[in-house]
Amino acid sequence: MKSRKRVLAFVFVMVMSAVAFFWSTPFIWMMITSFRPKLYGGLDMASLWPDFSPSLINFKLAWESAPFLIYYMNTVIVVLGILIVQLVTVSFSGYVFARLTFPFKNTLFYLFLLQLMIVPPILIVPNLSTLVKLGLYDTLLGIMAPYFASAFGTFLMRQTFKTIPADFEEAAIIDGASFFQVLWHVLLPLARPALTAFGIVSVVYHWNEYLWPLMVTSSPSTRTLTIGLASFTQAAEGASEWGVIAAGTVIVILPLGVAFIAFQKQFVNSFMFSGIK
Amino acid sequence: MNVADRSLRRLTEWRSAKGFRVRTQLKPYLLLLPAFFFLTMFTYYPMVKVLRQSMFTKPHGERAEIFVGAGNYARMFRDMAFQKAMKNNGLYALGTVVPSIVLALALALLLNRSNRFNNFIRSLFFFPTLIPLVAAAGLWWFFFFPGYGLLDYYLAKLGFSETHWLGDSDIALYSLMLLTVWKNAGYYMVFFLAGLQGIPQDVTEAAVIEGANWWQQLRYVTLPLLRPTTAFVLVIAFMQMLSNVDHVIVMTKGGPQNSTNLLLFYIYQNLNEFYDVGKASAATVLNVVILLAVSIVGLRVLERGIHYEI
Repeated sequence: MKSRKRVLAFVFVMVMSAVAFFWSTPFIWMMITSFRPKLYGGLDMASLWPDFSPSLINFKLAWESAPFLIYYMNTVIVVLGILIVQLVTVSFSGYVFARLTFPFKNTLFYLFLLQLMIVPPILIVPNLSTLVKLGLYDTLLGIMAPYFASAFGTFLMRQTFKTIPADFEEAAIIDGASFFQVLWHVLLPLARPALTAFGIVSVVYHWNEYLWPLMVTSSPSTRTLTIGLASFTQAAEGASEWGVIAAGTVIVILPLGVAFIAFQKQFVNSFMFSGIK
Repeated sequence: MNVADRSLRRLTEWRSAKGFRVRTQLKPYLLLLPAFFFLTMFTYYPMVKVLRQSMFTKPHGERAEIFVGAGNYARMFRDMAFQKAMKNNGLYALGTVVPSIVLALALALLLNRSNRFNNFIRSLFFFPTLIPLVAAAGLWWFFFFPGYGLLDYYLAKLGFSETHWLGDSDIALYSLMLLTVWKNAGYYMVFFLAGLQGIPQDVTEAAVIEGANWWQQLRYVTLPLLRPTTAFVLVIAFMQMLSNVDHVIVMTKGGPQNSTNLLLFYIYQNLNEFYDVGKASAATVLNVVILLAVSIVGLRVLERGIHYEI
């Protein structure tokens, strides 16, 4: 009986490893090809065997062929800009829906939830003309603005604030704390896990976004990493410079990839959190 | 208490509260103002605006816009590309939602027990979720490359001949589905893992004591209890299907012969290439209606499964 169990466990490990290997082939291929010293494509580009001495030439070529530094800076500005404004709007609205009673509360709440279903990229046609009218076309602010309010964040913060006992808040108020002091010193510290989860999900989403930034920008100085990667991939593909494409992809996914490897649990938990709450 | 009494009581309550302190009354609205401002500007107003735009022609130089009623919709429905896009989107939804959910559920069931090995494998499956769809498309582009791309390279060793994964109008959409399933299955797996953790231990233990085997346990205990999670994942998956086009824009541009044209790509194309705002608006309205319908139906199913505390 016991030996049968052990055989089953062994088979399970082998099968899962094989499936996981197939699942990771895109990344394995990416890592190997990006370090392959060959400049142009060929039959053995598909080989997953690193039979060469690694070279950084692909990274050098990729870095030089597009203004990745600007793309990086733009992406970081966009991602952090959105997050900072979101944290404010989301804390306020989450608090209101969790704690206060007032006329039209439910109507307003359902109106908020509408954004969960209708995300800004769906509304590119009207949103684009709004941005043009506001003079925000081809600006980083234009990429950010539609996301400054987040229904998902509001919902998440509302659920979180509800789990915090009202006594804490009342005690602070009795001690003479203002609303902002209560929020800053009592509620937000207790809501840290939710804020972290929201932060991770928001950063991942906006780091990866493509369609909306593509529509809003036209000059290289406002473009984000994903746009840079796409145009660069399409240009390189003509010459089949797979090594350079792989290196460019590494450049784009590296920061989140490293963060994920370091904080796997937080990442996975935050995505779970985003669904459950 | 009858309805009239209740509303009268509500009214008096509201009135007395109003006289109480104006500042407290304004507070909720003032705090909601920042969020509400942006939602109005980028969600409510555009929804109204796109509905209006869908019934007008585009103003052109001196010529003002003209009201055409359902004209844009009629033009859209007659458009072969649109018909193809709708059909493709249906097929694409079916071909990505079902396999990725089944796969995600299977993975979650297999990897439910937490140990070092399982955690590592889970991370491998989750990783595609974190990368941009355009980056995934870039990698898979090489996989799909006819002749010497990864798929053909290894399939050739097994004796298969060259396949035009993205260039053959019969295959291209399925190739995109493959990429999408790869990208999303790990994401849905996480929700199923959370759902499995939410199942009380004593329920499964009771089933084991009753002598239920693995399959019976799954069929009669686990799966029914996972229904809310499944409904939730279904809704998310459908929404993703309707809002993801990055890979189409980068890899196929809707081709060959519109075989990979999806609804959102159709909107993008009409706006960006044909400058046909009328048709793009009509398609947007349709997309919004479908999204709302899917989420309302989905949330109804969800509410039947779990009890929210609001």
